[in-house]
Amino acid sequence: MPMQPPEARCRNFTEVALGYSREQAVSEAERCLHCNARPCTGGCPVGVAIPDFIALVAEEKFEEAYEVITRASLLPAVCGRVCPQENQCEKFCVRGKKGEPVGIGRLERFVADLHAQNGAPQAVPPAKNGRRVAVVGSGPAGLACAGELARSGYDVTVFEALHVAGGVLVYGIPGFRLPKEIVAREVARLEALGVRIVTNAVIGKTFTVADLKAEGFEAVFLGTGAGLPNFMGIEGENAKGVFSANEYLTRVNLMKAYETDSETPVFRAKRVAVVGGGNVAMDAARTARRLGAEVTVVYRRSREELPARKEETEHAEEEGVVFRMLTSPKAVLTDGEGNAVGLRCVETELGAPDASGRRRPVERADSEFTLDADCVIMALGTSPNPLLKRSTEGLATGKRGEILTDEKGQTSLPGVFAGGDAVTGSATVILAMGAGKRAAASIDEYLKTR
Amino acid sequence: MFRIVKKQKLNETVIRMEIEAPYVARKAEAGQFVILRADERGERIPLTIAGYDRERGTIEIVFQTVGAATLCLGAREEGESIPDLAGPLGMPTALDGLKKVAVVGGGVGCAIALPVARKLGRLGAEVVSIVGFRSRPLVILEEEFRACSDRFFLTTDDGSYGERGNVCAPLGRLLQEETFDEVIAIGPLVMMKFVAAATEPYGVKTVASMNPIMIDGTGMCGCCRLSVGGETKFACVDGPDFDAHLIDFDEAIRRSRIYSEFERRKREEHCNLLR
Repeated sequence: MPMQPPEARCRNFTEVALGYSREQAVSEAERCLHCNARPCTGGCPVGVAIPDFIALVAEEKFEEAYEVITRASLLPAVCGRVCPQENQCEKFCVRGKKGEPVGIGRLERFVADLHAQNGAPQAVPPAKNGRRVAVVGSGPAGLACAGELARSGYDVTVFEALHVAGGVLVYGIPGFRLPKEIVAREVARLEALGVRIVTNAVIGKTFTVADLKAEGFEAVFLGTGAGLPNFMGIEGENAKGVFSANEYLTRVNLMKAYETDSETPVFRAKRVAVVGGGNVAMDAARTARRLGAEVTVVYRRSREELPARKEETEHAEEEGVVFRMLTSPKAVLTDGEGNAVGLRCVETELGAPDASGRRRPVERADSEFTLDADCVIMALGTSPNPLLKRSTEGLATGKRGEILTDEKGQTSLPGVFAGGDAVTGSATVILAMGAGKRAAASIDEYLKTR
Repeated sequence: MFRIVKKQKLNETVIRMEIEAPYVARKAEAGQFVILRADERGERIPLTIAGYDRERGTIEIVFQTVGAATLCLGAREEGESIPDLAGPLGMPTALDGLKKVAVVGGGVGCAIALPVARKLGRLGAEVVSIVGFRSRPLVILEEEFRACSDRFFLTTDDGSYGERGNVCAPLGRLLQEETFDEVIAIGPLVMMKFVAAATEPYGVKTVASMNPIMIDGTGMCGCCRLSVGGETKFACVDGPDFDAHLIDFDEAIRRSRIYSEFERRKREEHCNLLR
């Protein structure tokens, strides 16, 4: 797939991957072997009929292909860009056994983008059944749940705490991976299906779950997302110049702090150290690079264990991000005025596997060193938000505070369902969408029996 | 959209606004805050709720026009609307069971101390209010405070009105002679730091209302974190009120200045635009 060259893209915030041309899409689609077992479909958390849509692309029936995809996935332009296809559909592609798997994600993206370019007529909203469902949070779980329910005729209202809908798709994932116009377009498509979106509504504060029930919502879906950013608890972590990846990315993505006339500031650093090895760490590192900094990613395990998508790591490296593997931070060093000036680190080596099955990093003796950094970004995952739990009597949560559900996505409260990162902890967009979609089916089942 | 139903200048730079936000008004309690944006490109700014009227469906905010965002908000007129306002956020100030309280307000923080003093009065507590300002022209809400306080002290740094000096002088005298269940301090960080230092030797429980930089206000970004008793807390979900004897004020003061250079530049740009 064509891309912006690294030396150009590391100075702008426009999309890195440029997408297939018509010809490229058709020829890629022709590579599909149409195996009988359809292993790719089994690898898709929302069950897109992959070979069917690919066959339609090969025949240049692009609108029909779009319809096949959207039967299963309501956010194809998003999934085509941010799904870890290499661990899902494409992982099972028979073509991948000898050479490159079919570019399923890229084809999905092509089909979705072409549909939007053609300005195809919006779907007519289905007849409403008069039953109201509240969806809390407008991230991938909430949007998927809302879309599915709306298609089944429910009157759906989505409540969003921020001033725009999209959740992590707007505040977390940078525009160079997922342009914000695309998120807005997908949200508008849901609105055309009859979904109502209420921004500035913090559930647990502005309204409680009990209020929603009292207002006539017969079921509630909680898709409130991952929660509070984790910190390491090391010295100097609250120094000036130390940020959570969430804060750094929110300033840039949601508040557009990279624009010169933005009203929201972002810390302009010379040397940035990003701590962590997940996709969020890569997003923060590549964002810092675009803001003009020298960037080092510090990760305590080796390249093998990096949880980030391979593509993201490669893109980061091409853009000049430096990786220091097998390195663990010990303290943020500060000057007399409390500004971060460096990250004290220790080298590690890998010992026996820990509870997560990954080899545990062990510190090497006498290996401390200092990395110069006037900015340190912590990308260490998140802990559940206490806000809903505190305000919702009887909502069962786990040890860490995550919302507990049964296999149908139902919480301890009747008619209240949950899914996405609020239940699983930090995961991927598509897993959250899958959870939202399954919860929608459970809500449908629940309401039909009442 | 959230309509500004009333706008009033309390002094040269402090403005009070009553804003239509029925759902926020229905839930608001003293000590909580809202996050708002004055226009479609604006910054998200946290402002403590200075009052609410559940029947009218309005909340009241009082703010000082110090940065671009507050200048922009201050330029909005009665009848106009702002695009975004979310809340009530944070935990309400815990006042139940208090019998005798000193409420200490500094500068624009007095606007937030006032609803606390009023609520304490309604709950039947003895309220001693101490308010401090830099100078006479900056004095706000004096009558309102007198009306809801059993005793009232006012200081100005330059002595142009009331007692010369800062709030710690009358507070210190009171602490020597009588006991309080609690001291509640709301104002500039430096003032709250000194109030905490003044009450510590007497072992009086002291609460400070923190107002750090925030973005989402719901716990997602971690920008508002502060050290309380050696632990990292998020002001937006755990606060904004904390035990003042445990807060690392020096760190909070440093963190409040992270973007001061940007803010200075923006303020100049904004002022040039208005010129």
